[in-house]
Amino acid sequence: MDWKRESKSLALLTIIFAVLYFLPLESIRVRQAVLEAIYLLRNYARDHVILCLIPAFFIAGAMAAFIGRASIMKYLGAGANKITAYSVASVSGSILAVCSCTVLPLFAGIYRIGAGLGPATTFLYAGPAINVLAIILTARVLGLELGVARALGAIVFSIVIGLLMHIIFYREERVRSETQMALPEEDSDRPPAQTVLYFVLMIGILIFANWGEGGSGSGLWQTIHSLKWTITGIMAILFGIILVVWFRLGPYYVVATGAATAFVAVIFPGQPLIPFLVAIIGLSVAIARGGNEMGEWLMQTWSFTKQILPLLFVGIILAGIFLGRPGHEGIIPARWISSSVGDNSLMSNLTASLVGSLMYFATLTEIPILQGLVGNGMAKGPALALLLAGPALSLPNMLVIRSVIGTRKTIVFVLLVVVMSTAVGMIYGSLF
Amino acid sequence: MKEIKILGPGCPRCEELLSRTETVAREMGLECRITKVSDINEIANYGIMMTPALVVDGQVKCIGKVPPPDEIRKMLE
Repeated sequence: MDWKRESKSLALLTIIFAVLYFLPLESIRVRQAVLEAIYLLRNYARDHVILCLIPAFFIAGAMAAFIGRASIMKYLGAGANKITAYSVASVSGSILAVCSCTVLPLFAGIYRIGAGLGPATTFLYAGPAINVLAIILTARVLGLELGVARALGAIVFSIVIGLLMHIIFYREERVRSETQMALPEEDSDRPPAQTVLYFVLMIGILIFANWGEGGSGSGLWQTIHSLKWTITGIMAILFGIILVVWFRLGPYYVVATGAATAFVAVIFPGQPLIPFLVAIIGLSVAIARGGNEMGEWLMQTWSFTKQILPLLFVGIILAGIFLGRPGHEGIIPARWISSSVGDNSLMSNLTASLVGSLMYFATLTEIPILQGLVGNGMAKGPALALLLAGPALSLPNMLVIRSVIGTRKTIVFVLLVVVMSTAVGMIYGSLF
Repeated sequence: MKEIKILGPGCPRCEELLSRTETVAREMGLECRITKVSDINEIANYGIMMTPALVVDGQVKCIGKVPPPDEIRKMLE
């Protein structure tokens, strides 16, 4: 037995034991907080899992399986065109990176054997913030506004920070090491239009299935809302056809899935979750029986799910215990939060981005935590500041970054992130 | 004696690749030494950007995925 490897589990079990041993369950505040955590978990289970998270995992899995990563990496390689390198570095995180453990090796690679310091920092900053799961869940839980602001803010400021790093350390730009970039083998030669349509339909299904009721009484928003299941259904049928014709999925499975879904939809009118679940199960069975590519899709989807869901649930429990549901209190009194980050002042935004930059957020857990903070009175500006500074930085990952680019560059990078996030937070807070 | 390295900073996928490779090597009765490399700089020296990666005798065999056992078997041969 490798005790070094086991020591982590031992430490974890010890901590859990100690917490349970000393748990002051008699205190009303603590009881309330534990209850809050369970309520928050139920909220997520009811509102976000079936229609939002599961389709998002399928999309993330499809991106990993079908988009040629090798072709993206070429734009970040040594000697790449600078403008292309910066733009690709700022948006490719949505495809390449789903957790900080994939961001860091990519960062080290882009810096040491690829395009250099500027694009590497651009990628490091944007990667975790704009991955497809994070954007979808941010928009869903925290509102479309903040979701879009997060994605755009991350892209724009990543480029600015990358360029600034490049300019500040221009003289030091090092001699490129001679390591050859090793790339995964190219993917299949499917025409790009087919892949694009496949993704458009999947994302369309996700968007329309989650179309919320608008605030005002009528208009286009409401019309779409009343038709959302019709639109989703049509897209799902098209998606099935594409899978059979272009992706060579067994037609029997797809037709059977469609028939079962339609049947269940008729039996349970007004309960769209049931047919949606049936369709997802049917799709999973169909792609499990499909060819190599389809198998890869299912495997990637599953590995994202397995990796991220437990983390997210732990994050939700912690957010529930400390912060409570929106409109309720957890262990931390709401007035602490509203007094420190409750307005859009410089101090509030600075506090939010400092806390965000030091704290470690596992993939997606920043969302329930932020939901709790906003529910306890955090203002919108600081919320965005925390979202922008949070996922890109944490104390442990600063140490890794330091080992790659050295102390001085790391300090400058951290300062830039904190200052930028504070500034963007203030601008956003004053606009909305 | 084969020198097998699993490159990855310590995410679940890297652990998965490590345990799969160990199992496959044991099944094959392969004489080998398997090491886990989690230092980012050393990983970058292999020219690898996507983890996990499998390196056999200094040669990069697979990048950015956890292949099924029968594929790993081929890579180890």
